[in-house]
Amino acid sequence: MTWIFKGLSNGVVTSKYPKKADGYGHKWQGSLMVSRGATANQDRIEQDCPTHAIGFESGQARIDIGMCIFCGRCVEKYGDTFSFTPEFETARLTRELLVVPELSEDETDLASVKAALAIRMKAFGNSVVLRHVDCGSDGSEEWEIAALTNPIYDVQRLGITFTASPRHADILIVTGAGSLGMVDSLKETYLQMPNPKAVIAVGTDAISGGVYSSSPQTVKNGINEVLPVDIYVPGSPPSPFGILYGILLALRVVSDRNEPR
Amino acid sequence: MADSFTATVLTPDSFAIWIEAQAREGARFASLLALRSGHETPLFGILSSAGRYNIAKCELGHGETPYPSLGSVTPVADWYERRIFDLFGLSSTGNSKDPLILQRDVKRSARSKYTGKPTNQRRNGSNPSVTGEGIFKIPLGPVRSGVFESIEYVVETPGEEILNVEPRPFYKHRGVVLGFAERSVEDGALLAERAEGVSGVAHAIAYCQAIEALSEPEVPVQAQLVRVIHAELERVANHLESTMRHCEAAAQAVALSRLGLHKEQVMRLRADLCGHRFSRGVVSPGGVRVPLLLDTAVTSDRISNLEREIDRDLTLLLKTPSFVDRLRGTGVVTYDQARLFGALGPVGRGSGLTDDVRASHSYGAYRRLGFLPVRQISDGDALARQLVRVDEIEGSFHLLKQALDELSQMAPPAKGWLTEQKVVTDGESLGWAEAAQGEVLYLVAVEDGKLRSVDLRSASFHNMALFSTAFPKDIATDFAFIEASFGLSVAGVSS
Repeated sequence: MTWIFKGLSNGVVTSKYPKKADGYGHKWQGSLMVSRGATANQDRIEQDCPTHAIGFESGQARIDIGMCIFCGRCVEKYGDTFSFTPEFETARLTRELLVVPELSEDETDLASVKAALAIRMKAFGNSVVLRHVDCGSDGSEEWEIAALTNPIYDVQRLGITFTASPRHADILIVTGAGSLGMVDSLKETYLQMPNPKAVIAVGTDAISGGVYSSSPQTVKNGINEVLPVDIYVPGSPPSPFGILYGILLALRVVSDRNEPR
Repeated sequence: MADSFTATVLTPDSFAIWIEAQAREGARFASLLALRSGHETPLFGILSSAGRYNIAKCELGHGETPYPSLGSVTPVADWYERRIFDLFGLSSTGNSKDPLILQRDVKRSARSKYTGKPTNQRRNGSNPSVTGEGIFKIPLGPVRSGVFESIEYVVETPGEEILNVEPRPFYKHRGVVLGFAERSVEDGALLAERAEGVSGVAHAIAYCQAIEALSEPEVPVQAQLVRVIHAELERVANHLESTMRHCEAAAQAVALSRLGLHKEQVMRLRADLCGHRFSRGVVSPGGVRVPLLLDTAVTSDRISNLEREIDRDLTLLLKTPSFVDRLRGTGVVTYDQARLFGALGPVGRGSGLTDDVRASHSYGAYRRLGFLPVRQISDGDALARQLVRVDEIEGSFHLLKQALDELSQMAPPAKGWLTEQKVVTDGESLGWAEAAQGEVLYLVAVEDGKLRSVDLRSASFHNMALFSTAFPKDIATDFAFIEASFGLSVAGVSS
């Protein structure tokens, strides 16, 4: 009985996102900004990045957010070139779109990626059932995915639910750098899911291997080597809002309301 | 060479005898680790007694001949020996060689191994594999039903009662330990944070203290206090997570939501204090890279609010019969078992052990802070472990308030929050910290200013070795409670 009143005691704490912007989401250092123009010390900057996420192209620094673990070393040492941006809507539909500043992208390419995903996502309407598989994560991504069901994010309000059985699942969420021991189980889980289906790679480890990209115990370049990934959610780990945006990105491909990238 | 500890160097035969003698005198077997050194891989036996670690180093030459097994000292040694074999290829005389954290032949699919034959004859107290009519094996995992880390538990049961559980953590081994080699000491902290993501602060502290023991500059007191603040918030988040999983298993929906709300607030406070929800990128050799980004008064207010809210809900939860009855008598680890295995963290403290390295091997700013008196709990069941966690949350808030209080009276450190660790002398060093799961150990070897080799042991690994003993008379529906009450992170087990 006491629990009933307990449950009501704080009023509604649930975020209005995505209908309205949520202030907390933007407190999060979710992406990096790179200043335009040539930079000195190119070799040193490349060497200093622990995951080799920074590269140079005719003097212009580029950072691959899909390899970045957000350690902040580049911001600390080369603050005039790199800075954090408070952003959480960082999930993207292709691996190339994770590079900042953006490469000259092929619009027709992106359009065809979107169209291909839209055909599959159409079947789900506005409701999707998720299945999560850990493929060698550090344990933190699981906390952030599980947080989506807490009263603040409460993703059930958006028609997003989790299932234990791959047979009931529409979207597979994969975390971790792709440990060799899990690869077979991951493939099997994917095969057990009915068509149509989609895959979301959550976290830098899942996208590129992160700090384990050169480990002999993981696949070399992230989950994409094992499964066709549709959405990439960068972060080490990404915030719950970042993961939620990734899921919404898949849903929005069909009804292009705010033109996701 | 300037090692931070003096190890007794022994031959393989006297190594086992030394460890046995230490254990007989009451020392706790803490770990068996290894460091690569050229073509050789010496072993390090680490025992804890009376506030210090006694370390023996065993040179194995090229390691062709097996070293004597430590199975007669403690049953937990079997896990360490299997781990050493998996990672470094050294075998002991008693080594069962069953894959533990590295499955060498990954092509062999998990399921094909269920031949009905006992797979793993364990020795010395740990219950062996069971055979008999009507007894079958259920593989739980590695793909779990829910958002959990991957691990497989092979449950042997006649239908209801659980006779034996064999954890198989090797599925998610990603090569953490061997990945440290050749990295810079700063990179090492980033890897340590990711070895067991949910206890990253404790891992980073243990690692950094090992490095700092090899270098001269002192870590500023203010930075040590900031470390304590992040470590204690991490502990609160972990204990809330474990309690939430109890609530989920006991179908306490409102309590689950309430605690989920509190945990989210803790994570947000951590992010507000440093810019990262898991406090990553804060602890670094020589101090902290980020000072507290919030005013100490504001932080104190938010912590007091959190403490009050969490305390109210936990008090009510512990008065809810449908919750408490489900935990009482479930998954008993007796005092004798806990002592024999050297159980760590809340698992050990729920069974009457008292070791907490924050107090017994005090480090950093914990030396300056006062601890709440510890309530003696020795029932050893899931409820006991839950009570320990409730007490520890209270204790963490007590430490947090003191640390913030001290910090508010100090000026920022004169030479910056991070002292340059340039004078890293070559040598071997041991670092430790108390994570929410228990004692974390880092053995570090530095050569030419770089990491030569690092070995680590999370509390999750050590406690997972005694997981199978926690099912004396438990049935299948108790499994979720026992797993939650251990509160282990698989990433830490399989690193």
